Amino acid sequence: MGELRLMKGNEALAEAAIRAGVDGYFGYPITPQSEVIEYLMSEKPHERTGMVVLQAESEVASINMLYGGGGTGKKVMTSSSSPGISLMQEGLSYLAGAEIPCVVANVVRGGPGLGDIQPAQSDYFQSVKGGGHGDYRLFVIAPASVQEMSDFVPLAFDVAFKYRIPSLIVSDGLIGQMMEKVELFDPIPRLTDEEVIARYPWATNGKPKGKERRILTSLDLDPHKMERHNWALQEKYKLIEENETRFELIGCDDAEYIIVAYGSSSRIAQKSIQLARKKGIKVGLLRLITLWPFPKKPIEEFVKNGIKGFLTVEMSAGQMIEDVKLVVEGRAKVEHFGRYGGVIHSPEEVLEALEQKLIGG
Amino acid sequence: MAEITLQDIIKPENLVYQKTKLMTDKTLSYCPGCGHGTAHRLIMEVIEELGKENDTIGVAPVGCSVLAYEFMNVDMQEAAHGRAPAVATAIKRLWPGKVVFSYQGDGDLAAIGTAETIHACNRGERIVMVFINNGIYGMTGGQMAPTTLPNMKTATSPYGRDIDMMGNPLKMTELVSYLPGTYFVTRQAVHTPAAVRKAKRALRMAFQNQIDGKPGVSFVEIVSNCNSGWKMEPVQANTWMEENMFPFYQLGDIKVDGKLIDR
Repeated sequence: MGELRLMKGNEALAEAAIRAGVDGYFGYPITPQSEVIEYLMSEKPHERTGMVVLQAESEVASINMLYGGGGTGKKVMTSSSSPGISLMQEGLSYLAGAEIPCVVANVVRGGPGLGDIQPAQSDYFQSVKGGGHGDYRLFVIAPASVQEMSDFVPLAFDVAFKYRIPSLIVSDGLIGQMMEKVELFDPIPRLTDEEVIARYPWATNGKPKGKERRILTSLDLDPHKMERHNWALQEKYKLIEENETRFELIGCDDAEYIIVAYGSSSRIAQKSIQLARKKGIKVGLLRLITLWPFPKKPIEEFVKNGIKGFLTVEMSAGQMIEDVKLVVEGRAKVEHFGRYGGVIHSPEEVLEALEQKLIGG
Repeated sequence: MAEITLQDIIKPENLVYQKTKLMTDKTLSYCPGCGHGTAHRLIMEVIEELGKENDTIGVAPVGCSVLAYEFMNVDMQEAAHGRAPAVATAIKRLWPGKVVFSYQGDGDLAAIGTAETIHACNRGERIVMVFINNGIYGMTGGQMAPTTLPNMKTATSPYGRDIDMMGNPLKMTELVSYLPGTYFVTRQAVHTPAAVRKAKRALRMAFQNQIDGKPGVSFVEIVSNCNSGWKMEPVQANTWMEENMFPFYQLGDIKVDGKLIDR
């Protein structure tokens, strides 16, 4: 059993970064995630593990520091909240293009624009549909608890390095700010410079003696070469879809209706399911753990088995519903419910929506 | 007297100069007469002479020198437009024993990347920043740069840079010299053999500062021509540069060993 602590989600993320053997964190304060860099600064990780923590001049600088640091084969990470993540989209596109591993955490708040500082899930499109320019994907994973704010950090790094892809941890102001019990994982030692050099031959950390130099770029002025580069990226994304899709099924065995949710909404939906079951409504929860790759298979299974309908629950105007509909292809009813702009729905509101939109409707 | 053939001359003992092995054999993409090629070569010569070929990471910009990584035979990263100082910051912080440099033009360093430039300099990152200033956006076809001189004609100031309407040219190098995080700040040129020798000395000092762990950025501006963008013959462009650019962008050291020079 690992060390138990009562922590905020943001603090758990920061502690996990130190324990995951992260070499560099580059960040910029923004509510509701400023505790990440505050915790890191107060923990003196340069003394604990030798980890570098730097407050950058902007999110634009932070994400480009990830490009530089990640490009040398080091484990690098940043975190921010919605408006700051918007500023990072250029950098994410370059990171994806140059195939540089890194981890970015978005503690989502209400939008659009400056929005507010309350929890929201309205960055789904930005997270999984690109956000920046070009044909690229991020590995997008959504914690639903403070525990997972910790657990998903090493996981996000594993995937990032395995496939040379940026990973995005998408939580929200609720998970970032709430306190829960966390079982911390045992520290993973940082790699030595020699280990980094040996393990990542693509990394630019000084041309090895007697070998070719390495170049990290997202540019190729020859369109045919650029198309081939894109084909290689798409092959990689296909592999990630096959191997890295994650989801959880709760109470789905006898379910006639399915709620599809992730993050905070999936926690709320668990209560809604209990309330529904008390009323005799057979509803289960498909909790998305990865947002990209999107868990298509369980949805396909539900449709094949004659499910009566899906209710997507998201603190947005209805973004994730589009991906559910793409799998369902009109074969079952798909409805959306969610409060947004920083408002959190209650379990009762979700149940009411289920009854009105799917059962009564 | 016997006729001397080429074979009589090409002998190892007669060798006085050769291309540094840290420049690749790839044909430079620069216009004939452009200073970028010389600037590239000087940096690579300095790195070779300092014995840092296997310990150097360079960061290329966006602009004419976007393909710098094709020509510089060391580990290289291609940064987004203006972000090279942020990219270089992280590399140096995570590999403090390595030699890290950024290479940027005026649009990259002094316009879109102003924040990254100022803050890398102000934090005192122990990197070399090379800044090529030709007063114009060359790559995109000769538009106005932050460094374009007053009344200078460009594609986006076709009647000359009107200061009232388009603002003033930015002396980025003087600006960063006032920041406590810069250790060495100099402005050089590469259009004559004498200027090339001086520029190389400056670059050598910049890289030596970093190797010696001197606190702060070593910032080397190279005022260069852009004969294509300026729509001049190369020789004419160099003359124009001497007569117009140098009076505004005065050559010489601005800050040495962390102290401003009385100019």
